[in-house]
Amino acid sequence: MAHESEHTISIDEARHVADLARLQMTDEQVESCRGDLETILGHIETINAINVEGIEPLAAAIEMTNRLSPDEVHDPLPVEEVLANAPALEDRYIAVPKVLDEDGNN
Amino acid sequence: MSNDGGILQLSEQVRSGQTTAESVLESCLERIDCYDPVLGCFQNTFADVARERAREVDRLVNDGKDPGPLAGVPVAVKDTIVSRNEITTCGSRILENFVSPYDATVYTRLLDAGAVPFGKTRCDEFAMGSSTEHCAFGSVRNPWDTSRVPGGSSGGSAAAVAAGFSPASLGSDTGGSIRQPAALCGVVGIKPTYGRVSRYGLVSFGPSLDQVGPFARSVEDAAAILQVIAGEDVHDSTTIDTPVPDLLGELHSPIEKLRVGVPSEYLVEGNDPAVNERVHAAMDVYRSLGAEIIDVQLPLTDVGIATYYVIGPAEASSNLARYDGIRYGRRADLEPGEVLFDLYARSRSEGFGEEVKRRIMLGTYVLSAGYYDAYYKRALQVRRLIRDEFNSVFEQCDVLLGPTTNGPAFALGSKNDPLSMYLCDRYTVNANIAGICGISLPAGTVAVDGHELPIGIQLQAPALCEPTLLRAARMFEAAAGYENHLPDLKKTVASS
Repeated sequence: MAHESEHTISIDEARHVADLARLQMTDEQVESCRGDLETILGHIETINAINVEGIEPLAAAIEMTNRLSPDEVHDPLPVEEVLANAPALEDRYIAVPKVLDEDGNN
Repeated sequence: MSNDGGILQLSEQVRSGQTTAESVLESCLERIDCYDPVLGCFQNTFADVARERAREVDRLVNDGKDPGPLAGVPVAVKDTIVSRNEITTCGSRILENFVSPYDATVYTRLLDAGAVPFGKTRCDEFAMGSSTEHCAFGSVRNPWDTSRVPGGSSGGSAAAVAAGFSPASLGSDTGGSIRQPAALCGVVGIKPTYGRVSRYGLVSFGPSLDQVGPFARSVEDAAAILQVIAGEDVHDSTTIDTPVPDLLGELHSPIEKLRVGVPSEYLVEGNDPAVNERVHAAMDVYRSLGAEIIDVQLPLTDVGIATYYVIGPAEASSNLARYDGIRYGRRADLEPGEVLFDLYARSRSEGFGEEVKRRIMLGTYVLSAGYYDAYYKRALQVRRLIRDEFNSVFEQCDVLLGPTTNGPAFALGSKNDPLSMYLCDRYTVNANIAGICGISLPAGTVAVDGHELPIGIQLQAPALCEPTLLRAARMFEAAAGYENHLPDLKKTVASS
């Protein structure tokens, strides 16, 4: 069942993916995850044996066209209940740490 | 609680005043109090809210009104399905205290039909797993042998029905998460056609694959639940806009000249011999009912897991981006000097478990620059081929028969490497990839280490063909006699 992966994943590559995914990981976690990914990708590469030339990708199994809903006003979700889940509030706003630095960069 | 009759009889008894919704609920809660400390099916029960609801059903009956087709039927709900005013954790620390401001559509429909939802069942975190061992709050144990898993990810929902805690439950199935635990716990589980049941309020894992479906002790009971939860929903534009057919009217009339396809790829040596033996026995049952058994081929069976582990994680990694510690869910404390990026990364790292992180990493990788075409696009091309392969096989037969899993329930902790866990879903993932419907049915037991362990068979039918799927399932059930065959919990728990 285990297939040799066509390529390996370096520690730097795994660290980059963790950053893209906004996951904080220790070096040991990155290393362990790197190994798992190589094993799983090794199996995933079995799909390379399938000839897919000229085949349209299928994103949703039951193909549908866009559906329009009538332009009607409905009651919104109760604001208090929605905000009750926020980890930090200031009045009726969700509080977050400072997003921009002094120069306006984030 | 009456274990003899099904849900429809139970509802009829409540409506005719022979029993009350409140007493039915109490007997479930008593049994849970007694045995769930060992099994761990429930993340939480909301007894007071449920009692109030049951009393309301009884009041309607007293006032001469009809509370609905599921009057007084207790239903356990997977902890991935939100309900207003009750915590929905998804088995994750990141949603440990999350209370939804709205009810899932399936939840609303249960309430409207007079059912009494009373608790949330444990599952693998964000429904990612096949054993319910990846729940942040504790594993669920199989009611047939407590050293074994109930399957997953809807393990708590399957085990709750097998344990007699609830006559029915809801689960969600992204790659087998209803059918596999149904098989391992010896109950019926349905994965409806994609779009048959609303996903509004189902915490999203793989939105092009996810479906909500029922667990129950019999095909009729499962059909009764599906009948209520199915149908178009304005809150979910992927629901199918054709009317839901009557699933119960003709359920008990056998299909004449039923054509049952058995793919040669389903009866392989990698299966436990007991599994192949049960599938052969099921073929004999169908033959004895006048059905034709047809040999068919589904050569893409083997690339299902590979395809699924591109599409599922790709969708999950995008989906789970919403858990950022800002609007809801766990927010980590920041150290001095840390910025917004750290808030996201730290909250997610503290909140997500190992398997969820692994799938987010995998999904992010296959979608990242340079790999998109090689993995994601290719997987979507294979997806079309898998769907087309089913379509062409369904020109030769009405339903497909095979195993649900390659073996009975495995021991807790026995599948340590991720890939061996993923391969548990060999026979179930392709139905999600292709959007078709499937059902797992109890097909007898095998004795392992002094315990009877259930084995499930799976039937699959084309998209929208639930009536055929369920009638064919009922034919087997009626002839084979495994319905309501549940474990002796007293004995299981005593020997644990």
